[in-house]
Order: sequence, then C-alpha cells, then structure tokens
Amino acid sequence: MNWSYAQNIITGLVSLVKGMQVTMTTMLTPSPTVEWPSETAPLPPRFRGHIMLVADESTGFARCIACGACSRACPSNCIQVIGEKPEGVKKKSPTLFQLDFTKCSLCGLCVESCPVAALAYSRDYALAGPDRQVYSSMDLLTGFASPLTEQCHEL
Amino acid sequence: MFESETAPTYHLETVEDNQFVLNLGPQHPGTHGVLRVVLHMDGEYILTADPVLGYGHRMQEKIAETMTYTQVLPYMARMDYLGALSYNQAWVCLIEKMCGLEVPRRAEYIRVLCVELNRIASHFLWFGAFLLDLGAFTPFLHAFADREKILDLLESVTGSRLTHCYFRFGGVGADVDDDFFAGAQAFVDHMRQHLPTYHSLVTGNVIFQERTKDVGVILPFETWGYGLSGPVLRGSGKQYDVRRSEPYSIYPELDFKIPVEQSGDCLARYLVRLREIEESLNIIEQAVAGMPDGPVRSKVPKIIKPPEGEAAMAVETPRGELMIYLVSDGTKVPYRVKYRVPSFANLSIFSHLARGQLLADVLAILGSLDMVIPEVDR
Ligand code: SF4
Ligand code: SF4
Repeated sequence: MNWSYAQNIITGLVSLVKGMQVTMTTMLTPSPTVEWPSETAPLPPRFRGHIMLVADESTGFARCIACGACSRACPSNCIQVIGEKPEGVKKKSPTLFQLDFTKCSLCGLCVESCPVAALAYSRDYALAGPDRQVYSSMDLLTGFASPLTEQCHEL
Repeated sequence: MFESETAPTYHLETVEDNQFVLNLGPQHPGTHGVLRVVLHMDGEYILTADPVLGYGHRMQEKIAETMTYTQVLPYMARMDYLGALSYNQAWVCLIEKMCGLEVPRRAEYIRVLCVELNRIASHFLWFGAFLLDLGAFTPFLHAFADREKILDLLESVTGSRLTHCYFRFGGVGADVDDDFFAGAQAFVDHMRQHLPTYHSLVTGNVIFQERTKDVGVILPFETWGYGLSGPVLRGSGKQYDVRRSEPYSIYPELDFKIPVEQSGDCLARYLVRLREIEESLNIIEQAVAGMPDGPVRSKVPKIIKPPEGEAAMAVETPRGELMIYLVSDGTKVPYRVKYRVPSFANLSIFSHLARGQLLADVLAILGSLDMVIPEVDR
C-alpha cells in the first residue's frame, strides 16, 4: 500500500461524490416526460402528419381540381389522382385521391406544389392499424361530398 | 496448452489455439446501426478488425439520377438522419451555386441557426450513445432531455423532428417567428448553465478518464492519409473546419473558434465535441442577435435546370466534411451525383486503431468516431 494507491482511492471517491450530487439535484427537479396516452405533449402548429384534402368553404367539396401537380412533385410516387369534369362546371373534381402513406416521407413537396392550396397536413400522429392496406391506400376523399355524385364517399 | 482434440469447442470458429473470429454486429448496439465488424481475436485482444459495409445500402447516388433536383432534397435527410439540416444545406447551396440563385440574408441566418441547433442535437445523441458504450446510463438521459428541447424547437420550424426537409432553393421553406428566436435564446441560456453538469458528471469521472485516455490514439500525420475530418481530425491537433477553411453562407461574419485537442485519443475527440457545443451556442446567440428582416425566399424558376457542367460543394456536418459533387447535363435530372461522406472516411481508420486493442476499448474507439451507418452505406 503506497501513497499513489491511496490517492487513487481519494480521487475516485471525490468523483463519485460529484456524480452523486448531479443525481441528487436531478431527483428533485420535475420530470420532463409526459405519461402518454393519458397526457399528450402539445403539437407544434407546423406539425406534419399525413396529408389531407382541404374543403372549399362555400361548397363543402374538396378544393382539389385534380391537376396532378402534387402527384408529379412527389419523389416517392405516393399520390394517385383521377378527376372528371362535372357537367356545367369549369373545374375538374377528383374521383379518386389515394395516398400510399407507407411510402410517404412527409417532405411536403406536394403541399407546396398545389396551385389551389388544396392540401394540408393532418394532425393525426397516433397511427396504428392491424392492416397494411389502411395506410398503403388511404382514400383522402373519405368524408367529402363530391359534385359528381353529391354523395359522401363511404368510409 | 491442450492438444486441439481436448480443447473445448466454442460456437465461435476456432482458427488456431486461443484465436477465433468474432462477428460484432450487424445487429449489435455497440456498432450503432447495421455495421458488421469481423474481429479476428486472440483471447481478448484484437488481431485484425474488418468492417463489412453495405447492409444499409440504398443507392442514394443512383436514386438521385432518377429524380428532379427538388425531389432529391428529402433524400438528403435520410443519409445522415442526425445532421439532416447540414445535408439539406449542402444540396441547396450546391444548386444555388450552379444556377447562380440569390439567397436573402434572413434565410441565410435562419439556415445557420437551424444547422447549429442540429449540430448540438447530434453531438448530444453521440454523447449519450458513446457513454452507453462505456457503460454509463445516466449521462444518456441528461443528453436526451436537453436534445429534446432542440427537437421541439426544430419541430416548430421544420415540422419534423429528425428527417427535416426545410431548406429550399433560394431560401427556406417558411419564415420563423419570434417565439422560435426566444426559444433558441432560452435554450442557449439553459445550456450555458447546464453544461458544467455534463463535465462534473462525466469529464472528471475517473472511470471515464481511464476508459478513454490514451485509447485509440490517432497521430497527426495519419489524419490526412485516411481522409479524416470533423471532430475526429480536430482531436488530433489539426485545425481544419470547412466553415473556416472554405467558408460558405454567413460563417465568415460570425465569431467562433475551432476547438482543437492535441492528444488524438478518445478523450480528445470527446472534449472537441463538447467544446463544439459551446461554440455552436455562441453562433446561435449571434445569429439570433443579428437576424435581419426581409424575405426568406427569393424568386426561383419552378423547374430547376442547372447549366451543363459540374460543381462541388462542401459543408461541415456534425461528423465532418461532406462534399457533394454534381455533374449536370442541362436537363431537369442530375446526370451524376457523388457524395463524399465524413463517416465513411472516418471509419477507414478504424481497422488500424483496433489492432492490438482490447475488445472493450474497440467499442470505445468505434463510439468515439461517431458514425451514422446509413451515411456510410448510403
Ligand atoms: S409529403 Fe412528400 S412523399 Fe409524402 S405524399 Fe407529399 S410529396 Fe409525396
Ligand atoms: S396539386 Fe392540389 S389541386 Fe392538383 S391534384 Fe394535387 S391536391 Fe388536387
């Protein structure tokens, strides 16, 4: 047993005490985590969920004019749009608007490319399902009335 | 010594007496991703260590040849998911350089602010993961609690927490508000107070010092030959940082130092990164204070078609120098894209460092190189 051995023990103890100090202070500060799902952390306004169609306020129909710009802008080819012109109206309306969310990278290029601002991000984040189909072909027209059929797309 | 008949057979391939081959990875927490290292060992000592790459190969360069310039942008964040904004910056700066696009000053400031926040977040994650490799769990939680603050800040601006796609040709995607600046400043103040905790918890710790001091020493003359960059290079006494040596954006106007350590061991690389966090805090403070008003995006053509020719752009990511080399044939898709990624070059010195080391030290060395495997494999 020599002096340097004892010195090692002392340095070790000092560094242990310093570490424990940090532990003790942290123990007394409030925890930064929230207990999901009973509590949720607030979502920022720019949160990017999957994309969704925006309704036209006056008619309640989807604002989309089925121009296909979003589907061309998408790097992962996730959007499929088919549209038709209803009789007596100038603009097209979508008959199919399908998103393959399993491939989407949430880059936002589609939202930016839309000429009539018909796309937005949803605030839906707790996505889970028993079936891949639910997300690989999401029908974004669900819940929208269409001027073509005047009926709601079935869920 | 036993004769080989009586020697016990392990599940490991027995090569010679006491020598065997150990596969570290591809699914091993110590390799931080799908990296496989084939270790040829004698007892607990490493004879040779060969990294096997390609488990996460996604043909990023080939993909870029099939996409328009704008569509490549989201792919940037998938290479280095921890330094996504640096990659964003490299790509947009490259295209701006080629097409001669103007960038408003406010946009440049916002970019630098976001990139530096991202750099700190990346260093925090490295800090936590590195100490987990060394067997300490608590520092990881501290680092993640602080990293969370940055992620929240960046999420409020870019909309995503990790794979940001926020910069655009000629500016940034959307303007930021005063809440963000206030948040960034509050974060700087908080970190200035909290960084000493990191030092008292880890830096001065005897076990930590023992595990990292004189482990994996990279000598200064080896650094250029292996193409090292970033904190790995600066830990060996070379003062090289792309932000200073090939300045881009507004970095020449900002006042910050390039931290350098001389000893070249794991501890040096650790200290360089911690000091880089401090310098990034300084940059953030200056960017917030000097934030000009004005537009955040200039008018750019809808379809980007750089003129025929080639260009390269280098930026400093959290891991080192990223260079993107682009050949354009004048159409709307790139002709050839080449990424020179820092992790890949930094990994190249690993076999050399590992030789003759203990297995436990090899994990420390691997951790101290700070690699992102999708970036290595890309
Ligand atoms: S967010 Fe990006 S990947 Fe997703 S649908 Fe839109 S363009 Fe495609
Ligand atoms: S770009 Fe807009 S208007 Fe055109 S198809 Fe897509 S959502 Fe509809």
